[in-house]
Amino acid sequence: MLTGEQTQAEDLRKRVRDLLASRDPAALPRLEFLRARFDAGLAWVHYPPGLGGLGLPRSLQPVVDAEFAAAGAPDNDPARIGIGLGMAAPTILAYGTEEQKERWLRPLWIGEEVWCQLFSEPGAGSDLAGLATRAVRDEAGERWLVTGQKVWTSIAHAARWGLLLARTDPDVPKHVGLTYFACDMTVPGVEVRPLRQLTGEAEFNEVFLAEAAVRDADRIGEVGEGWRVAQATLMNERVAIGGGAVPREGGMAGVAAAAWRDRPERRTPGLHDRLIRLWADAEVARLAGARLRQQLAAGQPGPEGSAAKIVFARLNQDLSAWDLEFAGADGLRYDDWSLRRPEAVSFFGRGPGYRYLRARGNSIEGGTSEILRGIIAERVLGLPAEARADTGVPWKDLPR
Amino acid sequence: MTATTDRRSARTQRPGTVPDLRYTDAEEELRAVVRAMLAERSPWPEVLARAETSEAGDPALWRALATDLGCAGLLIPEDHGGAGASCREAAVVAEETGYAVAPVPYLGSSVVATAALLGTGDDMLSGLASGQVTAALVVPFAQPPPRNVHAAARPGGIRAVLPRPGDAPGLVRLSGQVSGVADALAADVFLVPADGVPFGLYAVDAAADGVTCMPVVSLDATRPLADLALDGAPGRRLAVNEEAGGCVLAGLTVGAAVLASELLGVAQRCLDMTVAYVKERRQFARPVGSFQALKHRLADVWIAVTQARAAARYAAACLAESNPDIPVAVALAKAACGEAAVLAAQECVQMHGGIGFTWEHPAHLLLKRAKSGSLAFGTPDRHRAELARLVNLPPA
Repeated sequence: MLTGEQTQAEDLRKRVRDLLASRDPAALPRLEFLRARFDAGLAWVHYPPGLGGLGLPRSLQPVVDAEFAAAGAPDNDPARIGIGLGMAAPTILAYGTEEQKERWLRPLWIGEEVWCQLFSEPGAGSDLAGLATRAVRDEAGERWLVTGQKVWTSIAHAARWGLLLARTDPDVPKHVGLTYFACDMTVPGVEVRPLRQLTGEAEFNEVFLAEAAVRDADRIGEVGEGWRVAQATLMNERVAIGGGAVPREGGMAGVAAAAWRDRPERRTPGLHDRLIRLWADAEVARLAGARLRQQLAAGQPGPEGSAAKIVFARLNQDLSAWDLEFAGADGLRYDDWSLRRPEAVSFFGRGPGYRYLRARGNSIEGGTSEILRGIIAERVLGLPAEARADTGVPWKDLPR
Repeated sequence: MTATTDRRSARTQRPGTVPDLRYTDAEEELRAVVRAMLAERSPWPEVLARAETSEAGDPALWRALATDLGCAGLLIPEDHGGAGASCREAAVVAEETGYAVAPVPYLGSSVVATAALLGTGDDMLSGLASGQVTAALVVPFAQPPPRNVHAAARPGGIRAVLPRPGDAPGLVRLSGQVSGVADALAADVFLVPADGVPFGLYAVDAAADGVTCMPVVSLDATRPLADLALDGAPGRRLAVNEEAGGCVLAGLTVGAAVLASELLGVAQRCLDMTVAYVKERRQFARPVGSFQALKHRLADVWIAVTQARAAARYAAACLAESNPDIPVAVALAKAACGEAAVLAAQECVQMHGGIGFTWEHPAHLLLKRAKSGSLAFGTPDRHRAELARLVNLPPA
């Protein structure tokens, strides 16, 4: 006898075959085929019907993906539209109006419209809620004029839309004066410049906003509710960083172990001791990740996700530092300092010098390890909050 | 009886997948029962007071755990009167004996000696299951698990010697010494690996002539060690050659894995105790737990405990399903849990400040259990060296 989920999987496979029979992916333009897949509810099966899904458990998505891949159908290049899929879509689904969902989700999923995130600012990193970009409503009330500077914006140069968090009321405490918008990146007053990082390349951008017009119809959530909406985005970011299942030696530990096995002449006792400690820590971290996913799959979300990101950052940094040291004389060379603008981080396509330098960012991006330790201490362990100088004070009166 | 077998058959594994590392509902129920009993019957002042006496173990507490709650028989099949449970359940009980720093020979008798005896099918198993018999495998507590049955059947400190005139046929006389044996003082029966032709595993009555069991002043007074000397003591043969080596291998492998879970329990208790204290202790007119210098370090302890838990569950799950990854899993768990427990215990002492350095405060009991446990059945470093061999990362 089939379980409920097996029956659903069979039904999904039939739906995929039916779609493939009526729309030949080899004969159709790529985006047209992806539109048809979206309209058949086979884009993300856990989304509601009419919005690319069928309201089914998320665990069934691999069934659909595997079926399309086996038929040689094109996919939506998820690596290129990661921010749209992982952060924009769940936020729009949770807080968007029906019109917004209809307008944005299909072009987002098929990759026709790329999304980026306009949150961090030069003066607001860990203290995101202190951000200074202002959005001022015009007299008719139908548009907002946005002025300020955003930073660390991946893929802004290719994006049609930006998830924008801006200050709409400087006269109230910082968390309650924020509003969340979708900013059309093609309007006048939006300027994107590459932000070169210490690896030489520019994965990220700075975005300068000079009275850029944002329609009130593109506001997500209520005025002043921006912090709450942003939490939904950030929560999804951390789920995404939690990552999927990897095999033993799947990440940097595998790179280091392979180097050790290949180059016996480079081995030293000290490097051996460090390697086996890191290998063991990486394997335990992998098991902890598997345990976390087992809890999530059973609907028992644990707080281990914030631990996972801290541990991942430390291991990536220590293993890439080990790898560079093990390279010895070769570690003194670097593959390429030229300013490039990659669309995805290719950690393993580059040399040990690049990996060492790029890994320094792992404990900064997506919440510094210090901020995450604070979150663990206060939200998991229930320790008293740090004495704060910024609660109950209007944002405009805060020292800066 | 609180342990059940119902989840074992459902836990078969596809190759390459990670077994279920969560606690089942039945395991959580078992934990709750054991924790409540230990909290009621063995509070800190009792453990502390007992640690200074010559009677370090608590026989009444041991009866309650072994017999009344049935924890002695967890690893023993039902046809020998046990619960037919697995290492998963045995490990949960160990987490609780660690959490309470309970002065009971659970690890030595119900885990190490029982796992060693399981392969023989000996009748003594039913005595162990009911808690009527307490046994100890006579190996140094510091000894790491051997690599295989051949390495397990190596000469130790005890040899089979010539029988005496008038000895019954089959009776073997044993002589020699083994120092630093855990849970030997509470044992009625010693399981003695002895060199000779052939190498064998023997049962020796603790009360027999020629048996001397001398208490050792131990770093962890809640689990005092003993030096054992046999002088022509009568032994009953349980297994020989590779079968006997297999008994020793099983005892030490399961012992190291379950000790890892005990250390996880110690770490969790240190963390809980420290978090509670820094919320209450006030200096500079604020709880010391509001200082970031302590908050971030406690977050790191929590992370270490979270990671160690995954390793401990993996080792227990691998043993429960006879997964071929057992050697890697046990080495990982013993190293990770030993280091997590020591970190948590040291931070517990430090963050309690002056009171944490006193004899009257229980922090030192946790520190001593943590450090001793991390040395026992192989130090973290020794397990990592073994891991390097297992995963083909040869030394320089």
